[in-house]
Amino acid sequence: MKKKLFIAFLLVFVIAFVLVGCSNSQNEEGKDANAAKPETKEATGSSVVRIAMSTEIDNLDPYKSAATDTGSMMDNVFDGLLDTNPKGELVGAIAKSYDISEDGLTYTFTLNEGVQFHDGSELTSEDVVASYETLAGMNGGEPIVAEFAVIDSIEAPSDYEVIFHLKEKNSAFLAANIVAIVPSDYEEQSSKPIGAGPFKFEAYKVGQELRLVKNENYYNHEKIPQIDEVQFKIMPDQESSVLAMQAGEIDVLPGVTQQGLTQLGDSINTVSGPQNMVQLLALNNDVEPYSDLKVRQAINLAIDKDTIIDTVSEGNGTKLGSNFSPAMEFYYEPGLEDYYATNIEKAKSLLAEAGYNDGFQMELTVPSDYQFHVDTAQVIAEQLSQVGIDVEIKMIEFSTWLEDVYQNEQYDTTIIGFTGKLDPYKILRRYVNDYERNFVNYDNEAYDELIDQALRATDEKDIAAHYKEAQRLLTEDAVSVFISDPDRTIAMSNHLEGLNMYPIQKFNLEDLHYTE
Amino acid sequence: MRYILYKLATFVATMTLVSIIIFFVFQLLPGNPAHIILGIEAEQAQIQQLEQELGLDKQATERYVDWVTGLFQADLGESLKYQLPVSDILVDRIPVTFSLGILSILLTIIIGIPLGILIARTKGKWISVVLSIMTQLGIAIPSFWFGFILILVFGVILSLFPTYGYVPWSEDFFGALRALFLPSLVIAISNIAVIIRYLRNTILDQANMEYVRTARCKGLTERKIMYGHILRNALIPVITILGLTIADTLGGSIIIENVFALPGLGNLLIESISSRDFPLVQSMVLYIAVLVITINFIVDLLYKVIDPRIRAKG
Repeated sequence: MKKKLFIAFLLVFVIAFVLVGCSNSQNEEGKDANAAKPETKEATGSSVVRIAMSTEIDNLDPYKSAATDTGSMMDNVFDGLLDTNPKGELVGAIAKSYDISEDGLTYTFTLNEGVQFHDGSELTSEDVVASYETLAGMNGGEPIVAEFAVIDSIEAPSDYEVIFHLKEKNSAFLAANIVAIVPSDYEEQSSKPIGAGPFKFEAYKVGQELRLVKNENYYNHEKIPQIDEVQFKIMPDQESSVLAMQAGEIDVLPGVTQQGLTQLGDSINTVSGPQNMVQLLALNNDVEPYSDLKVRQAINLAIDKDTIIDTVSEGNGTKLGSNFSPAMEFYYEPGLEDYYATNIEKAKSLLAEAGYNDGFQMELTVPSDYQFHVDTAQVIAEQLSQVGIDVEIKMIEFSTWLEDVYQNEQYDTTIIGFTGKLDPYKILRRYVNDYERNFVNYDNEAYDELIDQALRATDEKDIAAHYKEAQRLLTEDAVSVFISDPDRTIAMSNHLEGLNMYPIQKFNLEDLHYTE
Repeated sequence: MRYILYKLATFVATMTLVSIIIFFVFQLLPGNPAHIILGIEAEQAQIQQLEQELGLDKQATERYVDWVTGLFQADLGESLKYQLPVSDILVDRIPVTFSLGILSILLTIIIGIPLGILIARTKGKWISVVLSIMTQLGIAIPSFWFGFILILVFGVILSLFPTYGYVPWSEDFFGALRALFLPSLVIAISNIAVIIRYLRNTILDQANMEYVRTARCKGLTERKIMYGHILRNALIPVITILGLTIADTLGGSIIIENVFALPGLGNLLIESISSRDFPLVQSMVLYIAVLVITINFIVDLLYKVIDPRIRAKG
């Protein structure tokens, strides 16, 4: 009997040893590759960078995908007429220059010559026209890019020139032109995407990895990638990705937490900065008592944003005063952050004036999928209790949130973050009264007027002035509590550098390179 | 024959019930798949257009009937979220979950059963006490935590196993084994603990039975008594537990799949529920129901093999 048991145990150990044994032999090669990357690069002639991503790809076709993460990965495969630099300014990409007519109705783009799609075919104005016809919904259906609804007609006088005629002036049109240009008559974007970007699509294993390889023929010769291959690894668990990075099996970890950074120590390089997000405590202006300006101001005065940033984001965030992040410097109205400097006494007296001497009950609906918002809600509940507002936190799933809160506006207050857009119009339009996504139900004609003027203006400075004024109105009317723009940090193993922060989620992989 | 027909009838009845319940629960849940796909920035018009494309503008009952009709033509429908045939998605995911499940079940049996016998035979000795404490721990340890500890020790510090990811068997047999070893071990640990405790109790129960005394009187060796008589009887409840465990594991493990970044079914189920991907959820529920029923059927058959008395009755 004992003998048999012994044999059974022996068997288990043998299996374990065999596994470890073969792992060792394989791992030695693997380890070398990790420990001495630059050498392997010379030895094998190819360099691979592995990037951890927490969500799956929703669709490889840029016109069918809606997920931010997917967009930031596939952005390396596709180029648009224009692109953005880290400051959020528009720069030429496929288009080398553009010209806007005096009346602001005609946009002429001149394309770079010799731009090739990954299949080797040349990108000409014909492809641009075909792409835009799809995007603007000119072949039937709704426009994929809402801003392109304003396009009246498109013409291509030559192979390298495209002219857009707009129905009306629209300063939001230009920034929308970062959208991908795809080959006309190519039907397989969902399985084998083809673009003109710095990286070529190589393979996608559902739920596991997306592999991109360097595009040797990239039209912008200065930006031909230095990395041969990029593998985006789908890793849903943050903690696991940190461990994988520690083990040298991940080279780049975007959106790393403060705790993760501590764990990784000095084995990494980081880039960090505001991500052009607005996290806010949205107050439903149509529901009592939040329809009362004094109540909204009191709530603003009672909430201490610095404490929220210190506790929830461990100090890594930018305090906001309106629905706008300083990441878009040119359009940002500074000085609103402390418009409602925390003042409990003043908050109490405002509440008393509004007739809420004893405070009131506040229902705060939070999407439970976002721990960041849940934590913020708890801090806010604590802070508001000081002025007699009794906060009841109601956690719901994000899918339910979209329908109940965002779509049907069945809520009192909620916490959400709006991700960065390149165009201030998209960010501020949210509060225009007749806009269907104005779920805060802000109603101020002066505001609507300002946004409309900004849209019709042609001079950049005028446009910015209108948007700044609009931000001020949002603060003065205490439309909601605009909390912060939490920092985003990208961790790179210390032999890599070159990634930048952008006002939209974007990976400039073409700039990624090994340190000397 | 009658038995199989009876089983088949219960299967169809269970399946119909499960699928109708899922259908109604789904109708009660708020959340619009088109809006979830397009995200927070989508315009109403875009959402409506996608609804039309996905056939969401049809009545819910109509969509359900469509799905069931498709099923009879061996068509599981198309996923709303991925816009791919459901069968294609499942074909990608099932091998991952199956490999993980089978490996963890093997580990459970190889480690659990011998240790269960050992702990029962050494009752009262120190080794039994140590094993008891360890099984207690094995049940109590949260699996995600244990997963991280294993990754840290064997992946980061010792670099013996990869910290994440899946390698298909067809590509690299040992690579696949290596990739799946740690996650299977995590899943197996609590199952092993449960099996050991069960086996110990049933063995000890059986050891006090009169037939054991009779066997001893007959002059059988302790070894023959244990393997010929006690273990046979003691295995019946263990097989029941094992059956439940197998069904559970093959349905996918959400936490372990997330921790080890394995593209399995557990992950997919959660995703499909939160994106309100009705055809995908229905198909996965169908898969899980088939699995549970099949395994129960096999367990029933095993009872008969092990215990001739059940054979006589059935």
